[in-house]
Amino acid sequence: MLNLFLDVLKRDLVLAWRRKSDVFASLCFFILVVMLFPLGVGPEPALLKAIAPGIVWVAALLASTLALGRLFAPDYIDGTLEQLLLTPEPLTVIVMAKIKAHWLVSGLPILLLSPLMGLQFGLSGDAIAVLFFSLLIGTPVLSLIGAIGAALTLGLRGAGVLVSLLILPLTIPVLIFGAGAVSAQTSGLGAAAHLELLGGLLAAAIALAPWATAAALRISVE
Amino acid sequence: MTLKAQQLACTRGERALFLALDLELRPGDALRVAGKNGAGKTSLLRILSGLSTPNAGTVNWDGENISRIREQYNRQLTYLGHLPGIKDDLTAGENVMLAVKLSGNRIERKAAALALEQVGLGAQVNLPARVLSQGQKKRVALARLPFCSATPLWILDEPFVALDQDAVHWLTETISQHLSHDGMLAYSTHQEINLRAQRNLTLHLQTPC
Repeated sequence: MLNLFLDVLKRDLVLAWRRKSDVFASLCFFILVVMLFPLGVGPEPALLKAIAPGIVWVAALLASTLALGRLFAPDYIDGTLEQLLLTPEPLTVIVMAKIKAHWLVSGLPILLLSPLMGLQFGLSGDAIAVLFFSLLIGTPVLSLIGAIGAALTLGLRGAGVLVSLLILPLTIPVLIFGAGAVSAQTSGLGAAAHLELLGGLLAAAIALAPWATAAALRISVE
Repeated sequence: MTLKAQQLACTRGERALFLALDLELRPGDALRVAGKNGAGKTSLLRILSGLSTPNAGTVNWDGENISRIREQYNRQLTYLGHLPGIKDDLTAGENVMLAVKLSGNRIERKAAALALEQVGLGAQVNLPARVLSQGQKKRVALARLPFCSATPLWILDEPFVALDQDAVHWLTETISQHLSHDGMLAYSTHQEINLRAQRNLTLHLQTPC
């Protein structure tokens, strides 16, 4: 079972590496969205500092949604998804490996860039640390929930828009607690409660999303 | 080891592709599914592989419904659909290795190269599948078969399409060898193929009006 997990994980990472441009595209999208806000709302430092966590979180959410089209759709088109569905191990193992690879490719780069984005908005050191940890816990939840939507919309026309409509409402709690954690830290309340709630969301998503995704995949392939 | 389908029915929209279909496969049997385009050959093979569920009826492996023993059934099964199931960004060799690994078997890099050599792709082992022709991709997909002898049931959808004569000969030999070791085969084809099976069965699908 572990072998299969590692094989699928390695496969998806190799495939992502051979299509580096896709990965950079969603990363550049994240950076651009974050940078557009100061241009739009004006250069007032106090205002920017207040809205920075929300901006970084919304940009991370959008970039993560943008990358969902690469999760199952290419495998569906070339027929390898059928082969994955017929492996002699539980489908949830494969789904977990694919989600993990998806997060490593789309979530991790955003996470590593986030301190730089925080610095750009003049966030303090501990606010940046909280932003980093909230993204560390929160972005895997985005990948997990996103996988359900990606599996459900497989093979449909206009899947890209449809997946956003399905997924974005479900990710609202992640956004609220993620961005809220940083605001709570800067206002002196402490971020622990928000981060713990995010952790709870992550635990629930790990427990439920792979099963839902596996069931959705079986329906979509039929 | 028997695959038994009872009273299978498959409908597409309003149209029934087949109704009340029965079939049984035993070790050494080769079942050819024949019929016109759109008669439901692929639908039937997908139902037998467990990818689709029939509108009515059951598919049983050793008396157990395959939807209930999915992982166990997959361990007995090699399925090749009409899509080659090949990753364009991986090399031919990587594709073969991956396909065999995912089916739960172990394989060495050298063995994969050897298998590709046997299907006439010795020079293309390290080329990305993207640059291969349709027929070559099909051969990459088929190169896994010699490693799948541990799975008794092979379900192959149009395996002979797009192959040249040498490859057809190789595939016929590979399948016949599998059948002689108590393998089972369900396949669809428009060509006349002489397989050495204990029983050569043919199922003609005719769309009921």
